[in-house]
Amino acid sequence: MSKIIKLNRGLDIHLQGEPAAKIIDATGSDTFAVSPPDFDGVVPKLLVREGDVVKAGSPLLFDKNRQQVIFASPVSGTVTEIRRGEKRKLLSVVVTSDGRGESLEFKIPSMASASREDVAGMLLSAGMWPMIIQRPYGRIADPAAKPKAIFVSGFDSAPCAPDMNFVLSGELDNLRKGVEVLKKLTDGKVHLGLRAGTEGVLNRVDNAEQHFFKGPHPAGNVGVQIAHVDPIRKGDVVWTVDVQNLAIIGRLFNTGRVDMTKIVCMSGPHVVRPQYYKIIGGAQVKSFVMNSNIKPVAEGHSARIVSGNALTGGIVSREEFIGFYSNQITVLAEGDHYELLGWIAPGLDKMSVSKTFMSWICPRKKYNIDTNLHGGHRAIVVTGLWEKYVPMDILPMYLVKACMAGNIDKMEALGIYEVLPEDMALCDFVDPSKTEVQEAIAQGINLMIKELS
Amino acid sequence: MISKLLRDIVDRVKPPFEPGGKLGFLHSTFDAFETFLFAPNTVTKKGAHIRDAVDLKRTVFMVVIALVPALLFGMYNTGLQHFRAIGDVAAAADVLGCWWYGFVRVLPLILVSYIVGLGIEFAFAQKRGHEVNEGYLVTGLLIPMIMPIDVPLWMVAVAVAFAVIIGKEVFGGTGMNIFNPALLARAFVFFAYTPFISGDKVWVRGVTKGGEYLDGFSGATPLTQLGENASDMLAGADVWSWIVGTIPGSIGETSVIAILIGAAILLYTGVASWRVMLSVFAGGLVMGLLFNAIGGTPVMDMPAYYHLLLGGFAFGAVFMATDPVTAAQTNVGKVIVGFMIGAIAVLIRVVNPGYPEGMMLSILFMNALAPLVDHFVVAANVRRRTKVAKVKTVK
Repeated sequence: MSKIIKLNRGLDIHLQGEPAAKIIDATGSDTFAVSPPDFDGVVPKLLVREGDVVKAGSPLLFDKNRQQVIFASPVSGTVTEIRRGEKRKLLSVVVTSDGRGESLEFKIPSMASASREDVAGMLLSAGMWPMIIQRPYGRIADPAAKPKAIFVSGFDSAPCAPDMNFVLSGELDNLRKGVEVLKKLTDGKVHLGLRAGTEGVLNRVDNAEQHFFKGPHPAGNVGVQIAHVDPIRKGDVVWTVDVQNLAIIGRLFNTGRVDMTKIVCMSGPHVVRPQYYKIIGGAQVKSFVMNSNIKPVAEGHSARIVSGNALTGGIVSREEFIGFYSNQITVLAEGDHYELLGWIAPGLDKMSVSKTFMSWICPRKKYNIDTNLHGGHRAIVVTGLWEKYVPMDILPMYLVKACMAGNIDKMEALGIYEVLPEDMALCDFVDPSKTEVQEAIAQGINLMIKELS
Repeated sequence: MISKLLRDIVDRVKPPFEPGGKLGFLHSTFDAFETFLFAPNTVTKKGAHIRDAVDLKRTVFMVVIALVPALLFGMYNTGLQHFRAIGDVAAAADVLGCWWYGFVRVLPLILVSYIVGLGIEFAFAQKRGHEVNEGYLVTGLLIPMIMPIDVPLWMVAVAVAFAVIIGKEVFGGTGMNIFNPALLARAFVFFAYTPFISGDKVWVRGVTKGGEYLDGFSGATPLTQLGENASDMLAGADVWSWIVGTIPGSIGETSVIAILIGAAILLYTGVASWRVMLSVFAGGLVMGLLFNAIGGTPVMDMPAYYHLLLGGFAFGAVFMATDPVTAAQTNVGKVIVGFMIGAIAVLIRVVNPGYPEGMMLSILFMNALAPLVDHFVVAANVRRRTKVAKVKTVK
């Protein structure tokens, strides 16, 4: 066992509604979609029309900038709707399942003799290439690039996140196969980050280079793990794959079929029974997020459904679809209420990393945190705070200021290649001035891509 | 119930103050009062969906709470010093009477500071269309606390105006300023109206106006005495009274105990940086010990810890040097700048014997240098990153 990497900085947010170890089968739903807004930087072009009959793995879309990258249907059925938003922006290609679960059949290459091109070609044509994310910038990987290493995080430390060892307990073969596949794509190593002190199926994935991490969120973020194992410097390219997607990739190479089945959790303080659901990727939210499982709200108020975790996810309605990269749905109460003299109230039920609320008396308490911003936007005043929540050798405030100022040289010097917005999500959470740190980083990344390509 | 009733009233008077309404030009002002009464109902729109309950109002309010012990003691001490000066032993022994006497004299200073300062802040927020920043709630209380009790009210008003406009608003408001605005106000009075903030007449209420004072009474602060006649002062040193704070001085600065209670609140709630606070004291102590080692003059030989108890050192270390906006922004920078503040304050005092403004000048000086210190800390971080990259490319 390699040595444990201990992270001291970060924060576990004690949010109510952690999922119970119970899985409900929700694979029988009928509406699925591929939603281009899930993929940053992609210019989607349609390959199908309403009424077309497709199988799992049939291409629905491709990226105009990289035409070999296609996005495939997760199920067999009929394309029933092309949803568009403002300015005809493509939102979702909706496929209604025929329930037969048919897939395109792919010829399984022998892993001993398969070349990098064979493997990449199969991932591309099965529509699984978008599962591979490239760093810097966090965009879909360039099939022509050669990464110096590939990283997979084996645990999720975000609030109310799924337990990956539980979710993947039956997937050992697929995980191991997935690692083999990834090894074909890089000359470097395939790294797997694990939480120190836990034992499970992921510990048995021994064909990857295992690293053990100890410490609070964001220890489970792959970006943080990269920074401690093999940091990204100027000119480096590193790829990352979500651990559930690793199993799905392995499944493709074990069976030759596209099977997007995965297990997600529905959790958070506003869920009646937080638990796991077995779904097929791209499922409509309402197919497993039942209104009856969302706590009732007072009249005039509402609940917020988030695809992903409470720090980094995106808002979805029940009519929309779970995000391509999401492993959880978080439900929170909307905090659109006033509070009399809120700035001085003792605040026993308020979670704060500062001890300015009396809630410090009960440190183990789990909180029902709603979406209230708790204050107004101000200039950055408190310093030295963000540093405590970014466990990397980075000066977050200077990096954020460089992003806000759009200074390419400074962003580069201060470490923009090493971070994605998610790695600095806790800064969003803790900042008393309510600075939108993730947004600033995202804009910085967009600018880098625009200016340097 | 009350909450609902109040909310209804606020909602009813709100419409004309909305942007575009009849009184829309007063939007910032209305917003300031509304958010004071009710924590706003804004929800997160981007970024993290959940946020820490703390905001700047809460943070700033914690500092105000931390200032209260020093303020209350300052009021008491105002009365105490006055009654001692006129030789009224009975009145000086009456704690509440002393406090009330001081309260009545200190309150006008606070009111003037808040009214003038907040007036300007509101006007600027209005003009810029911003929300009113809470920072002045602290600054406005700090300013009277670092003034002598006999400072004329108009002078406070002018100093506040200078500090807020030139010290803060020209840079873009709270969070953008280079110098600690409260200290700037004091520096302004010190350089523009020196006789009103130095010497031995101004620290006890009423002495400047003449009156019935005991023969041989001196209103000099220990620090002034140190400058005038170091050996006498040191011979009669009453360390305990310095710690408790029953000595003449600026209103809030005298009691080390009250200040340390404030420090405990600031550190426990995590509002102020322990790095800054600790390193200021360490800097002062180390510099004092250094002078002890050199020796020669009575001031140089004075026990090093005296420096930490006298004058504005403790107050400056706890409430001024820790101002997050004007302190260094990197953790390493905080330690360096804090240490320098303490060291330079003692250096000024010792080299220019008893010069009482050491702490003020030292903090303002290091405010100016903090960005430079940060620059080098940041450069070191950048170098670490690029150096590793170079090693890689060689391989």
